Amino acid sequence: MSENIKIEIKNFSFFYHKKQVIYDLNLKIRKNEITSIFGPANGGVTTLLRSLNRLCELTHDIRTEGDILIDGESIFNPDLSVTDLRRKVGMVFEIPAPLPISIYDNVAYGPKLSKKKSRSQIADVVEQALKQAALWDEVKERLKAPAISLSGGQQQRLCIARVLALQPEVIMLDRACSGLDPISTAKIEESLINLKEEFTIIIAPHNVQQAIRISDWAAFMLMGHLIEAGTNTEVFSSPKDQRTNDYVTGRFG
Amino acid sequence: MRKFKENLPGYIFLLLALSSISALALITGFIVVRGAPIITDVGLKEFVFGMSWAPSLGEYGIFPMIIGTVSVALGAGLIGVPIGICCSIFLSEFAPPVITTIFRPAIQLLAGIPSVVYGFWGLIFIVPFIRDYLGGPGLSILAASIILAIMILPTVISISEVSLLALPKQYKEGALALGLTHWQTIRFVMLPAAKSGIVAAVILGIGRAIGETMAVIMIVGNAVAMPESILDPVRTLTTNIGIEMGYATGVHQEALFATGIVLFIVIMILNATAQYITRKKSKK
Amino acid sequence: MRLNARKKEYIAKAMIWGAAMSVMIVLVAIILYILIRGLPVLSFSFLTQNPYNMGRSGGIASTIVGTIYITVVALLIAVPFGIGTAFYLAEYTRDSIITRIIRFSAESLAGIPSIIYGLFGYIFFVIYLGMGWSILAGGLTLAFMILPTIIRTSEEAIRAVPQIYRESSFSLGATKWQTIIKTVFPSAIQGIVNGVILSVGRCIAETAAVIFTAGSVLSMPTSIFDSTRTMAVHFFILASEGVSMQNAFGTAALLIILIFIINVGVNSLVNRFISKNQKR
Repeated sequence: MSENIKIEIKNFSFFYHKKQVIYDLNLKIRKNEITSIFGPANGGVTTLLRSLNRLCELTHDIRTEGDILIDGESIFNPDLSVTDLRRKVGMVFEIPAPLPISIYDNVAYGPKLSKKKSRSQIADVVEQALKQAALWDEVKERLKAPAISLSGGQQQRLCIARVLALQPEVIMLDRACSGLDPISTAKIEESLINLKEEFTIIIAPHNVQQAIRISDWAAFMLMGHLIEAGTNTEVFSSPKDQRTNDYVTGRFG
Repeated sequence: MRKFKENLPGYIFLLLALSSISALALITGFIVVRGAPIITDVGLKEFVFGMSWAPSLGEYGIFPMIIGTVSVALGAGLIGVPIGICCSIFLSEFAPPVITTIFRPAIQLLAGIPSVVYGFWGLIFIVPFIRDYLGGPGLSILAASIILAIMILPTVISISEVSLLALPKQYKEGALALGLTHWQTIRFVMLPAAKSGIVAAVILGIGRAIGETMAVIMIVGNAVAMPESILDPVRTLTTNIGIEMGYATGVHQEALFATGIVLFIVIMILNATAQYITRKKSKK
Repeated sequence: MRLNARKKEYIAKAMIWGAAMSVMIVLVAIILYILIRGLPVLSFSFLTQNPYNMGRSGGIASTIVGTIYITVVALLIAVPFGIGTAFYLAEYTRDSIITRIIRFSAESLAGIPSIIYGLFGYIFFVIYLGMGWSILAGGLTLAFMILPTIIRTSEEAIRAVPQIYRESSFSLGATKWQTIIKTVFPSAIQGIVNGVILSVGRCIAETAAVIFTAGSVLSMPTSIFDSTRTMAVHFFILASEGVSMQNAFGTAALLIILIFIINVGVNSLVNRFISKNQKR
């Protein structure tokens, strides 16, 4: 069992200014499975995801306690390069945010940064990433077109492809389907289920239904506390905590 | 080592930033060093309040020029500020979109026209007009005030317009919903709410009027004397420097730098006030 | 009472429209007058011949060249320093003492009258650094003068870049430097270019700061260590000393046309930028 743990969050607390937003959180995230971390808005889910790739450090005046291990190694290790961490732990944001460049360049953005790959290798990576994100067929004719010309759903899949092109180990999606229509959402969910063969996937679903649909494991967060974590059935069918039950059944939230 | 390499651009940017702001220190330093000795020689009180400016006799009193600067800037403000504020209200409230698309670039163009062109235009149109219809030599406080009023318009208009446009929509909608007329809304709700921005605009506009040199040289007459009416010629602090720098040497030149110090201090006080007002507002 | 309010409304409206229209009329009057008197003077030979007889006859070629030289020197210095400062302010600091000092200095520099820049340039570049009256001294002085404009416009342009672009770039494993070069700078470039173009306008229009630093020599400059006379200075001398009204008008017309082109250029850039953003 333990070799299946990809990420281990240990006694993790997060402070913004002097306000604590995550309280002493312990959570294990398993390899090659989809883990949903869900809960009402401002519950600390986004902060937790942004801690996993240390993107939270862009915000000033923050402080963390505890530790986060990926493959047993602390992400806060000062010898570790934060850019390598972010390549390893890719992130898709709530708002589809392609950079104002072409479709191709968006996906090639990450691979080009490291300067280790040749032009043709990058082209291969881009093609493969777009295929994995189920976008290739729609854009292969117009890779040089500006990314903003895509529809919202396509833009979000482009953002997923952009992350896949990094050849990461973990993919995080922060409410990535919240602004999308059901068809686009279904496409993304389908590709996520295919992708878990290769990657560890963490999603902050935009509603409980999505969490129920696609997650293998689920964790419920409320006001910065982890209330409950377990398999899909454990959390959604027989929650141990009353608050989880109330939230999952729609009594609040 | 990697940390250093990652931070290197930051250090370079900081270096560039520090050298940029050292400009202010350099300017202050060199002007003060060059101009301060004469002030201590003549005495601050005699320099600032002295009535006689006669470099050949070693007399350096700039009080008439201070009065000249104040009267010209005041005149420019009296004419330019109301017109400028009206224009900013026009732009933000009344102007149809078609007119806005012409008016706004026109104001920018007004800001871009070389000051010497304004001076020249004043010399040809305003000065003869004043001479013929109002009397006096034409080269006068009034002529300079009119031209400076035009020149400070872009500053006054753009800054007050920004502060009017920055007001939350609810202010206007709320007031209109209470049954106020459009003008009452502007007069009793929007202008008071945008007050600090407009005040800053006025201060910066007056600062421009005080600092302007070349246009003023051409139309203000440049006589070192206490004016008795707005039709009299005066000399301002800036024109004093502008006219005499070309040939002044030695102590005389130092006295011009000392004039610069006085001008510099006045402008810095105005700037700091405007910055303080806008900052206080943005904190709110 | 109600009638009273309506009357007031009419009066206020009339005043505001009147003020706005009179400003337009004055602007048009100034521009038209200069153009009507100056355009006939503008000819190929006026632009390509050097001035003779203190500017009484001949063209203004050397003053055009002098203006270009000085503007280029000013930009070469002010653009890198200004943009660097803007990036420091927008990307590398939050509200700290250093930022506050830098911002205060930049805003204060913006308000300093050009005659003060002229005094400073004279004592520092011309005398203290021994450059003499020269294109170099004039250009450096103008660089100081346009620095705040470039800092402010660039900083605004950089701050207008959506934060999500930066976060995307970082999350794709880019370093801060890569993010700035590959994402922030290209997105802000139009605003930055705008500021630079506006600064070119200020250089061309400036008189007080260059007359005491670059001098007023009329011959064609051969190096940046030569003294020169810019178009604006030339116009000032022609007009205020009554040397040649005809040539003064010609020079003024050229200045107005250049400023007009610069403003139109900036505006079309702004419009293109806005329409591009709206398409998003």
